[in-house]
Amino acid sequence: MDLMEYQAKELFARHGVPVTLGRVIEDAADAADAARELGGRVVVKAQVKTGGRGKAGGVQLAATPDEAQAKAAEILGMDIKGHTVQRVLLAPAADIAEEYYFSFLVDRASREYLCIASTEGGVEIEEVAQTNPDAIAKVRIDPATGVDEAKAAEIVAAAGFPAEAATVVRRLWDAFIAEDAALVEVNPLVKLGDGSLEALDGKVTLDDNAAYRHPDHAGFDDKAAADPLEAEAHAKGLNYVKLDGAVGIIGNGAGLVMSTLDVVAYAGQRYGVKPANFLDIGGGASAEVMANGLGIILSDPQVRSVFVNVFGGITACDAVSNGIVQALAVLGDRADKPLVVRLDGNNVDEGRTILAKAGHPLVTVVDTMDGAAARAAELAA
Amino acid sequence: MAIFLTEKSRVVVQGMTGSEGQKHTSRMLAAGTNIVGGVTPGKGGQSVDFARRSIPVYGSCADAVKAADADVSVVFVPPRFTKGAVLEAVDAGIPLVVVITEGVPVHDTAAFFAHAQAGGTRVIGPNCPGIISPGRANAGIIPADIAGAGRIGLVSKSGTLTYQMMYELRDFGFSTAIGIGGDPIIGTTHIDALQAFQDDPDTDAIVMIGEIGGDAEERAAVFIKENVTKPVVGYVAGFTAPEGKTMGHAGAIVSGSSGTAAAKQEALEAAGVRVGKTPTETAHLLRTTLAPAVPNLAG
Repeated sequence: MDLMEYQAKELFARHGVPVTLGRVIEDAADAADAARELGGRVVVKAQVKTGGRGKAGGVQLAATPDEAQAKAAEILGMDIKGHTVQRVLLAPAADIAEEYYFSFLVDRASREYLCIASTEGGVEIEEVAQTNPDAIAKVRIDPATGVDEAKAAEIVAAAGFPAEAATVVRRLWDAFIAEDAALVEVNPLVKLGDGSLEALDGKVTLDDNAAYRHPDHAGFDDKAAADPLEAEAHAKGLNYVKLDGAVGIIGNGAGLVMSTLDVVAYAGQRYGVKPANFLDIGGGASAEVMANGLGIILSDPQVRSVFVNVFGGITACDAVSNGIVQALAVLGDRADKPLVVRLDGNNVDEGRTILAKAGHPLVTVVDTMDGAAARAAELAA
Repeated sequence: MAIFLTEKSRVVVQGMTGSEGQKHTSRMLAAGTNIVGGVTPGKGGQSVDFARRSIPVYGSCADAVKAADADVSVVFVPPRFTKGAVLEAVDAGIPLVVVITEGVPVHDTAAFFAHAQAGGTRVIGPNCPGIISPGRANAGIIPADIAGAGRIGLVSKSGTLTYQMMYELRDFGFSTAIGIGGDPIIGTTHIDALQAFQDDPDTDAIVMIGEIGGDAEERAAVFIKENVTKPVVGYVAGFTAPEGKTMGHAGAIVSGSSGTAAAKQEALEAAGVRVGKTPTETAHLLRTTLAPAVPNLAG
């Protein structure tokens, strides 16, 4: 789960990382009061889970409470890379002397942790990597030893930060480990006019696999921002991602479902249709899971056909077929779009026989994955 | 031969007394795997009865190594106990640990992987279907009846795509098929498997399946160009995945311009790997690579 800036700052504050929490508002009418309470010039910042807010006009300075209100009204509701701004953060304008970049992340390549730090902060780090790669320090961190005093000093020296930044580095490390984050990024980490340091922005990705260790993290989940179908699927424990097409997809296993989307996209080129979603029902395709999955997909008004693509591994195809038949019975009249089913693997003949016997008018069985994708695309055309 | 797992492997199952562990132990036994024991803390001295024989349960990996010379462990314990289970297997000196468990926190994986490297243990997974050397042994949950023994090596991030590809090429058969998992940190990489297949005299050609996220496929491409002389065909899933949405596997996400399927395909093709657009086309590429005269059986 990605956190928004104000949530990341709340998390940082728990671990003693210097931040200014400011005020979060959802209604522009509250902006003037918030700015008055904060006093002086304020920054109005869009709270969305994507980068490039500044370029999109989602971060603006306001000199007066009235101006803060006007800026908040302008930013709220703005679309930034497909994310609608539903709240803004108001914070006192900082007296910035220097801007740094700092992050801890899980590095897939080395399979260790990596610290990336630069004195060229405040701009996108990818840009710095292009224009001035020497300004970026990369320090590998052994998970067995982590960031102790010596490691923090090494990082600070490699980055060219002032020595006192070591304390902030260690506190960010505490946040990274203790909160089970896969990414902690501060851009910019600033040196203020008085020489003190502050995390002026924050980006945190929490590890969903570790949610069981952090019941408090559930409060960060922004249910309002999620697509309603995604929220419903999530509540039913389904792995569903809404896309923008007409062929609904159900499959078992993340890789096979991704592959199914691709095959449908290729087949759909000639009809101008695309996959409508990603839905992985996992290993045990029980009738209930199948009914829940089909229910979600059929309630997507964009969907015109559904492709069920299952390779029977541990789960046998006859169980999957029974799941489909029972799901269609449960859904009744709500099942009103054609289903193309492709089954292979464990007990495939029994599975196909069950579907043939049921003889549901909406169900077509096609033997191969590519053939089934073509049929599903054609039906959605 | 085969890679990493053979008929000589002496396998213990950590979590054998649980329902998943028991179900899959039964399947692994039926596939001919030499399972020498289970490990469940507090249940040492008990045993579990399977169709053909009774398998002893040890209280620790150290006991299983001492009493039964175990040299492979398959881990079926729940996520919150996985780190402890792997650390224990490493400390007992078990050289190969296959972690099937899905949903392991990445910081736990980072910790047990670092420990395994220091201790000289190979880890496969986590969140993977395991490894099968058909006709010899099966450590994990890959159905043993999809394809038999043969001379193709298969390495894949995805479980069901492993099954799909084995099914497509079941007339050829496999020396070893290995599912390495799609988590951000995995113990055995495409490169590790490619190297082992290159060195394995019983493997003639290699199928490599990747998916969006990270740059493991790009690094594998560089490795292939420099080190692999056997033919390799590839498949990459996730061309249609939008940026910023995780596609099932924790590691399967496109962020910005990095991790896209197109970039991976391009890197592989630049290394001389023929990349199929679909699993079926990939299987066909392998057929034409191995036996140009063979017609396209997949139609």
